[in-house]
This record gives sequence, C-alpha cells and structure tokens, in this order.
Amino acid sequence: MYDFNHHRPGSVAEAASALAGASDGKLLAGGMTLIATLKQRLASPSDLIDLGAIAELKGIKEDGGALVIGAMTTHATVANDATVKAKIPALAALAEGIGDAQVRNCGTIGGSIANNDPAADYPAAVVGLGATVHTDKRQIAADDFFTGMFETALDEGEIITAVSFPIPEKAGYAKFANPASRYAIVGVMAASGPAGTRVAVTGAGPSVFRIGDAEAALGSGFSADAVSGVTVGADGLNADMHASADYRAHLVSVMLRRAVESAS
Amino acid sequence: MPTVSMTVNGQAVTGEVEGRTLLVQFLREQLSLTGTHVGCDTSQCGACVVHVDGESVKSCSMLALQADGAEVTTIEGLASNGSLHPMQEAFREHHGLQCGFCTPGMVMSAVDLLKKNPNPDEGEIREWLEGNICRCTGYHNIVKAIQSAAASMRG
Ligand SMILES: Cc1cc2nc3c(=O)[nH]c(=O)nc-3n(C[C@H](O)[C@H](O)[C@H](O)COP(=O)(O)OP(=O)(O)OC[C@H]3O[C@@H](n4cnc5c(N)ncnc54)[C@H](O)[C@@H]3O)c2cc1C
Ligand code: FES
Ligand code: FES
Repeated sequence: MYDFNHHRPGSVAEAASALAGASDGKLLAGGMTLIATLKQRLASPSDLIDLGAIAELKGIKEDGGALVIGAMTTHATVANDATVKAKIPALAALAEGIGDAQVRNCGTIGGSIANNDPAADYPAAVVGLGATVHTDKRQIAADDFFTGMFETALDEGEIITAVSFPIPEKAGYAKFANPASRYAIVGVMAASGPAGTRVAVTGAGPSVFRIGDAEAALGSGFSADAVSGVTVGADGLNADMHASADYRAHLVSVMLRRAVESAS
Repeated sequence: MPTVSMTVNGQAVTGEVEGRTLLVQFLREQLSLTGTHVGCDTSQCGACVVHVDGESVKSCSMLALQADGAEVTTIEGLASNGSLHPMQEAFREHHGLQCGFCTPGMVMSAVDLLKKNPNPDEGEIREWLEGNICRCTGYHNIVKAIQSAAASMRG
C-alpha cells in the first residue's frame, strides 16, 4: 500500500471540501473493499477521506412511509435493527447474509452501492424496493443509479449520504451465495408496494437488472405460481470460475421463486 | 507523521503511524501485542480479529487511524488477574486448537458472538465462524468449546 494523507472530517461538508482540496482523493467507508484495493496497489490516492467519524451519516429512521438508512450504517446494524426487521424484513435478512460477521461490522450500505460490485447484495435491494439514493448534491432514483459493472451515476467527488427505501407491502430476497465469500452468484429481490411490483437481480449480470416478465406476472397475483414460467436468457450474463452463464440463468428462475415464496 | 491514540486492553496508548499503517501492524509492531495474528492479510481468515468499541473486526483490514479514539481489546486483554477468560478456558478444556494459529481470532470472534447471542445453537455458531478459517481442527472442537463457554458464562 502506498501512503496517503488521512483525513477524518466530522461533517459531510468538511468531507466534501477535503475531497475537493485533494489532488486525487478517495472516500473511505468500511474499508472492506477499498483497503484490499490499496494493498494490491490497484489504487493509490493522494488523500483518503475517512467518513467514520461523521455522525450524521449513521443510523436508521422511519420517515413518511420510508426507511432512511445513513450511508455509513453497517450491514450488522441494518441486520439487527428492530425497525428494519419489522418494516422490511427482507432487507434485514439481506444484510444478515452479507459476507461474515466481521465484514458486516465494518462494511456499509454507502460503500457497497458506491462500489457496485456485480455480485453485491444491496443493489438488488435498492432497485427491487425502488429506493432513492441521497447524495450531498441531489437525489438519484434506483433505476438511474447503477450504470454498469463497478459503475454508478455518482459524479466525481459526490458523497452518498443516505438511501431511502419505501416500505413495501411484501418483499422477499433469496440468494445463491458463493460458498467462500458469500457474494451473490445470483440474488433476487421481489417486492410489491408503493414503488410498484419490482423484481431485481444481482450477481447474474454485469450490473443489477429488472425482469419485466416477472414483474408483470406478479402484478396480477403475488405468488410463486405466477412466476413459475419466467426464465431469462443466458446471453450477456456473467460466466466465471464459479458459474457459467447458463447456470446463472437457471438460478435466476430458482431464486425468483424462492424470493417470492419467502416474501412477507 | 500522524499521531493515533486509543485505549488498548484498558490502557491509553499513543503512537506515531503512517496513514497506511494497519491496526494489526500498530498492535503487533508498535505495541508488541503479537497475540493478534496475520494469516491472509486479505480479510478472509479471521486470525487478526480484535474488538473495536465492542465489535469484532479484522484488524488487517482497518487502518490504525480508523481506530483513533476507540476502545480496542486484543486476545491479551481477555484474561484477568492471571485467570483465563471462560472462552479461553473452554478452548483448552475441549481441545479447540491444534497449532493455535487461528485461535486468537477464533476466541475473539466467539466472545463477540456470545455477547450478541448468549445461547447459540450449533448452526448459529458455525455460521458465525464464517469469517474464521482453521486449517487444523475441522472446527468440531471449536464449536464444542464455544457451546461449553456459553453454558458456563450463562452460569
Ligand atoms: C470477505 C468479504 C466478503 C464479502 N461478502 C459480501 C457479500 O456476501 N455480499 C455483499 O454485498 N458484499 C460483500 N462484501 C463487501 C462488503 O460487504 C462491503 O459492502 C464492501 O466492501 C464496500 O463497503 P465498505 O463500507 O467497506 O466501503 P469501502 O471499501 O470503504 O469503499 C468502497 C468504495 O465506495 C466508495 N464510497 C464509500 N462510501 C461512499 C459514500 N458515502 N459516497 C460515495 N462513495 C463512497 C469508496 O471511495 C470506495 O471506492 C464482502 C467483503 C469481504 C471483504
Ligand atoms: S489476516 Fe486478517 S483476515 Fe486474515
Ligand atoms: S488450530 Fe491450526 S489453524 Fe486452527
């Protein structure tokens, strides 16, 4: 790891100005991806702006029919939060299924979605529940946020401050986890509620995507039977040492059915 | 060089570090607390698990400066007045280790589990140990040790 200047601002405004003042600054959240990247010298920022001391970025509140989760809220906090468990149990379960206990104690929702790993869990929740991403500059709809593999709509220097999830009537998440890392080989979030009926798939493609056929089928009856015939083509799906594109396509149908069955 | 201050095993410590100094390097190299091990350095194995403000974390994947102002507990901080922590005692009693390399991380992780779930079943213990790799024991006796520690700590 190359050395860098370390900043630990106490507010989002201070973080934004530290980032703007750095020649090549980068935000540090839980470090679960970034520190490994720095160790491998795949990134060598001049300055690291550590968001860990910014209280306004942490915590969960219910606000006008939505759960608003601060960007620096850890996966463990989301998994164990009584309000999340009561209002969006599928989201608590998704967070509980990320990595391992120590990764969940450090990794954050903001870091996860900013990184947009194709196998990350949260993108499925953000798109599947029709969430809105809040930044220090604007609000971005879930459908516009994830733009490609490791790519998002965030501008240079833009800081995610929170994610707001409309509370669904029903939502379920199912994933087929990589047995070593727990990242999703395929993960599906299926939900219906104020954001409509939505089905989002992570792990299978270069970035999270929706399945229109499944949404239409669930729209006329939210049941596993309704989606029993839904399939996706293998074209364009990920293929790697863990799973072929055909296998992932098959898993999408299986995880879709399990997500709908588990929905509550 | 930046200065970092934290409380480690109940003692206030201060040291000069680089931005890039990892918490585990600070603990092992500057404080000579070599009970915390480095097995993989890539946040996979859990040999480096310590507690920061009461939560188990992998100290190979956290900067020392991220723990500025925090309360840190390492394996050296568990025993009190010369007697082993019940978790350490249970690992000894149930032969929960062979070479011992993974043990500090296993014990620190298990102590965190029992704080959150004082009465875990076998499945919950095995799931919690997802982030701790042992190359020797086959985990069986580790799970037994944690079950036994849970029973003795519940009293
Ligand atoms: C062993 C292991 C297993 C894992 N398993 C899973 C899994 O099963 N499922 C899963 O989904 N994930 C998994 N992860 C990923 C992990 O859960 C984290 O979500 C992920 O590493 C990123 O979050 P972070 O808070 O650590 O961010 P960091 O690593 O600190 O940052 C990641 C990127 O996001 C940027 N960033 C961070 N915060 C913000 C912000 N507020 N605004 C704008 N940009 C920001 C940073 O600059 C950086 O580029 C795993 C990680 C490890 C190490
Ligand atoms: S040395 Fe930290 S997880 Fe392996
Ligand atoms: S006892 Fe040798 S690695 Fe666990």
